[in-house]
Amino acid sequence: MAYFIAKRLMQSVVVIFIVSLFTFLLAYLMPGDPVYAMLGGDITQEQYDMAYKEMNLDKPIYLRYVNWCADLIKGDFGKSYKYRMPVIDLIKTRLPVTMYLGGLSIIISTAVGILFGILAATKRGKILDTVITFLANLGAVMPLFWLAVLGMSLFAMHLKWLPSYGFTFPTEDFVKSVRQTILPVIALSVGAIASTTRQMRSSMLEVIQQDYIRTARAKGLKESRVISKHALKNALIPIVTLTGMSFRNVVSGSASIEIIFSIAGTGQLLVTSVLSKDVATTQACILIVAIVVSIANLIVDISYGYLDPRIRIQ
Amino acid sequence: MKSSGTKPSTSKIRKFFKRLFARKIVIFGAVLVVVFVLAALLAPYISPHDPYKQNLKLSFAKPSAQHVLGNDELGRDIFSRIIYGARTSLAIGFVAVMIAAGCGILLGLVAGYLGGMVNSVISRVMDALMSIPAIMLSLGLGIIFGAGMTSLMIILGLATVPTYTRLMSAQVLAIRNSDFINAERVLGASNIRIMFSHILPNCLSPIIVLFTMNIGGTILAEASLSFLGLGVKAPMASWGAMVNEGYSRLITNPVFALAPGICIMLLVLGFNILGDGLRDVLDPRLRGSI
Repeated sequence: MAYFIAKRLMQSVVVIFIVSLFTFLLAYLMPGDPVYAMLGGDITQEQYDMAYKEMNLDKPIYLRYVNWCADLIKGDFGKSYKYRMPVIDLIKTRLPVTMYLGGLSIIISTAVGILFGILAATKRGKILDTVITFLANLGAVMPLFWLAVLGMSLFAMHLKWLPSYGFTFPTEDFVKSVRQTILPVIALSVGAIASTTRQMRSSMLEVIQQDYIRTARAKGLKESRVISKHALKNALIPIVTLTGMSFRNVVSGSASIEIIFSIAGTGQLLVTSVLSKDVATTQACILIVAIVVSIANLIVDISYGYLDPRIRIQ
Repeated sequence: MKSSGTKPSTSKIRKFFKRLFARKIVIFGAVLVVVFVLAALLAPYISPHDPYKQNLKLSFAKPSAQHVLGNDELGRDIFSRIIYGARTSLAIGFVAVMIAAGCGILLGLVAGYLGGMVNSVISRVMDALMSIPAIMLSLGLGIIFGAGMTSLMIILGLATVPTYTRLMSAQVLAIRNSDFINAERVLGASNIRIMFSHILPNCLSPIIVLFTMNIGGTILAEASLSFLGLGVKAPMASWGAMVNEGYSRLITNPVFALAPGICIMLLVLGFNILGDGLRDVLDPRLRGSI
């Protein structure tokens, strides 16, 4: 197990290194002058010369990368020319918002998806199964930005049941926080609920056909006990891997959801910085999000290896 | 069984379609895809109005006999823009997935066949791409390639490369040491020949399935980017951009934002169902894994 974890950890380090290379190169691969890319167009010649030196543009590129990484480790992600403040301060306030919404969505979608999947599998062929499968197929093809604007127009603009914008942490004002997060979290969760339901249904159906389930039934156990005690454990294993993937998709969806509901999170920050060609902020957002996703995947893979011994032997 | 006979290939194709369409739902999926593809191909002939022609007098006009779905802010006919939107979605979806499949298959073949260091490097680079959420990766690539249709095709294509690379290298690893490949090697076939004329044809089934599924996914991604204003440039018609233009009037004039959203759903649904059907016929073992 220790070897498996060490190997997997090493892979994550390499992956983060490659992502850092990619984000570093963003500033140089984009068309135009990297100094303008970093500081925006409206700077004087003196500022330009200073930045040119400061960004080490007179040094070879590998040295620049090493310096950039050294700065990152010190927590210096450069300065956002759009927001006129250090990027790290922006990230510090915005990352927790995206992580809170994403975490909440993952918890809800995993729980709901597992429940729906079990219901559909145990009632296979019945009306309930048809309805759930239909809804899961619909959820998988529904553009989440569309669902979000529909929900917002109906429940916030028209019926005025819920606020249409903003974000508050539950620690500040619980009721306000719940009211503000209902719509965004539902919109973020639908896709993940759909995929979890489908995966849960098919893995449950597969497990139910196994010999040991027949044995459990044959020895006279109640069906509810067979499902909850014997089948569930094995059927849940594929869900663990799916959670890692769902997390990535939920974070991906946060870009449009945060824009629609005016939530000051990383997704919104990334979109606005791409639109205003604020490279330092773009780099930081992508790198930070990729690191968080890699860590989440690392945790998922390790727990997968823990749950399923066949994985760690490979 | 007397229908076979002189042309074995046509009967094979017929058998394939018979199995594919054995489930009614697959027919439904195929019809959806065909309808949208036809609409996209025949757009100039079937759209009742010029999708770019503005008429400010008709700004946000409600549906009428002349304009069945009404008009947008600039008074352009929404129905015509929906038809042209199918063009945008399908063109980007198809070309992007072609790019992804092309690059991914090549990299996967090389990684799986050569193995060792090459495989590790390619796999880690793909892991790195996969660790960046799709929309975020597209946004990052967008900074390099800029906006517009060609850029979108490249961006969405590159973002999808890892799925093909992984699939391909796994398939290659599975059959690399099988007897028929070893036999080829003994006969003196070159690596390139083995890769392209023997390994690749054996991996086609899962690729066709993945290809179909990915077109749907790419259409969704394009719609999201266009919704955010980072997709195709105005005045080009895109369903995602149309939802963005229309949703502020959802209560007073619901068609404007509803119609493009429903089209996205139906088209993606069509590709997903078709992909499911193809998987069941071509490679039932993949059930649940793709």
